[in-house]
Amino acid sequence: MEKLSFRHATSRALPGAKAQAITGVVASGNLEVLLERALAPTECSVEIETPIRGYGEVWAAVVADFVARAQPGGLRITINDGGARPDTVSLRLLQGARLMEV
Amino acid sequence: MTRANTTLPEILSALFPEGHSVTVEDGLVSGEGPFRGGRLAVIGIDGDTALGVDGACRLAADVLDVVRRGDGTPILVAIDSDSQRMSRRDELLGLNEYLAHLAKTLLLADAHGHPTVGLIYGHSAAGAFIATALATRVLVGLPGANPSVMDLPSVARVTKLPLDRLEAMAKDTPVFAPGLDNMVRTGAVEAVLDPDRPLAEQIAAVIDALPVEDTRDRAGRERGGRPVAETIAAQVIRDMRLG
Amino acid sequence: MSERIIDPASKGWATSWYEASARARIDGLLDAGSFREVIGPEQRRMSPHLPLFDLPRAFDDGMIVGSGRLDGKAVLVAAQEGRFMGGAFGEVHGAKLVGLLRAALVLKPEAVLILFDTGGVRLQEANAGETAIAEVMRAITQVRSAGVPVIGLIGGRAGAYGGGGLIAATCSRLVVSEGGRISVSGPEVIETNKGAEEFDSRDRALVWRTMGGKHRRLTGGADAYADDTVQAFRRAALDLIGRAPAFDLATLEAEQKRLEERMARFGDCRDATEIWGRLGVNDPEAVPALTTAAFETLLASLGETTHDAR
Repeated sequence: MEKLSFRHATSRALPGAKAQAITGVVASGNLEVLLERALAPTECSVEIETPIRGYGEVWAAVVADFVARAQPGGLRITINDGGARPDTVSLRLLQGARLMEV
Repeated sequence: MTRANTTLPEILSALFPEGHSVTVEDGLVSGEGPFRGGRLAVIGIDGDTALGVDGACRLAADVLDVVRRGDGTPILVAIDSDSQRMSRRDELLGLNEYLAHLAKTLLLADAHGHPTVGLIYGHSAAGAFIATALATRVLVGLPGANPSVMDLPSVARVTKLPLDRLEAMAKDTPVFAPGLDNMVRTGAVEAVLDPDRPLAEQIAAVIDALPVEDTRDRAGRERGGRPVAETIAAQVIRDMRLG
Repeated sequence: MSERIIDPASKGWATSWYEASARARIDGLLDAGSFREVIGPEQRRMSPHLPLFDLPRAFDDGMIVGSGRLDGKAVLVAAQEGRFMGGAFGEVHGAKLVGLLRAALVLKPEAVLILFDTGGVRLQEANAGETAIAEVMRAITQVRSAGVPVIGLIGGRAGAYGGGGLIAATCSRLVVSEGGRISVSGPEVIETNKGAEEFDSRDRALVWRTMGGKHRRLTGGADAYADDTVQAFRRAALDLIGRAPAFDLATLEAEQKRLEERMARFGDCRDATEIWGRLGVNDPEAVPALTTAAFETLLASLGETTHDAR
């Protein structure tokens, strides 16, 4: 398993008050994303465990794009990856952020 | 394992030096013998026989006969079986119900005050193991016994891992590897008996020391074969009660 | 304690049970907002063993347990996620269900609901999974003896195979849908060990006829047949809670008789359609295509598929 960890600053806190949410499932080509409101309002962290090695740069790009779009300030995001494609990862991250905004 | 496995006739003559009524038919073991001033009922599977609907039904009937008598007769479940019988007919008839029924009769017997002791002296696997030896209050083994869920070549096929790597992992990972020692470390098998000591005495001692509760997960933690199960189960109970 | 977690797949009562995630099934099954999970995903109690095999873990190890309300009744619930490792029993997965059942002995809820979705034992943790299944079966009989019904719901993509099939048949009552298969050896396992002449696992119609929900319901292997919706499972579960058999000698004697009779009556049948014919079904070939309503009508006309012998 490869472990990756990213930390970003955001311009704002993610709206909403939901403390945590989970979306997706660990299966082939899929992933689960756990989101927790656990950090300072303008910080976001994303930790990933994946069985597919050597794609750190792709993950970095997908995460950076997500942070830029969603501005998920305050969130600690943890991912268990089952070998998802980058578009699936983006979709799940945005889905997760929406759940937290409820 | 260098020594030869203990056979069923050896087990029976050690348990019942004065004789017994235990018979083996189609690999199904059934009968009883005098034991400590009372009786000891024996059911089981011999000769690496697979357990199908017919066998499970017959063994369950024997257990229910003992329960109906209601005199607290202990039940020994002696096992040298294959896995569940794998066939279209068995599944068509609902093998899961037959195997569960056998397990339930043993669990009912236990609840009705009949000490149930499993004794694995040969092979057993999968559904046959769950329906018999694992459904007793306490399970012990004899050296040379070989319980397994699945043999390593089959595990290699399913997990797509090389067999030599699995064999290496099996040496220090009791949670998945076949064999008696690993089942002891997981807590499923309480103890391995000493074939050089009188068997009747050892079975009597097992009956006298029956655990009140299901202690298999605690044993699994203490022995390192199931490091977290007990803690997880205990936490569920605690968090539920805090409700 | 953790707040309720919602899966976006949950779209309400019309959601397909088969397609829904374990979390969505719980959300739709229980009274809205009543579910309280214990050892939720945020606690990250994941498998200690899967990393050895270089396999990804799930935060809940594919088993979700907690308490909630079903039409106001206090219930404990466990749900398996069939898409993670085929819903198979590993150490943590199994221990959560064991803990839930032991908690039921203390809390005495009005029922325990088990939402099955499992291929059986997780091979990477085989000994732990197998032992957990034995612990679960013992705990279920204790819970039933204490007067608490244990209801199994089977309609997930992984069915209830291997030890899962044995646990299912230990429950007081079972609801099954067309997609729910109940069996010990799976089609592929039989074919691998005994050959395609014994069981052709690619013959999907054969799989459904032999192991599927309709066959199990017709022969007494399940007590209720539900449409593949969360609403239908909820209704069926509620109905079954009220009429669960005790766990005692009388019940097991009745089960002994029931299973002996089944063997005597159908033991020489090669195919499920022969069994259905002997049950009195006029057109056995038509059974797989029957709608739920037509199937219920058929069941009512047979009048012998309901029993208190499990």
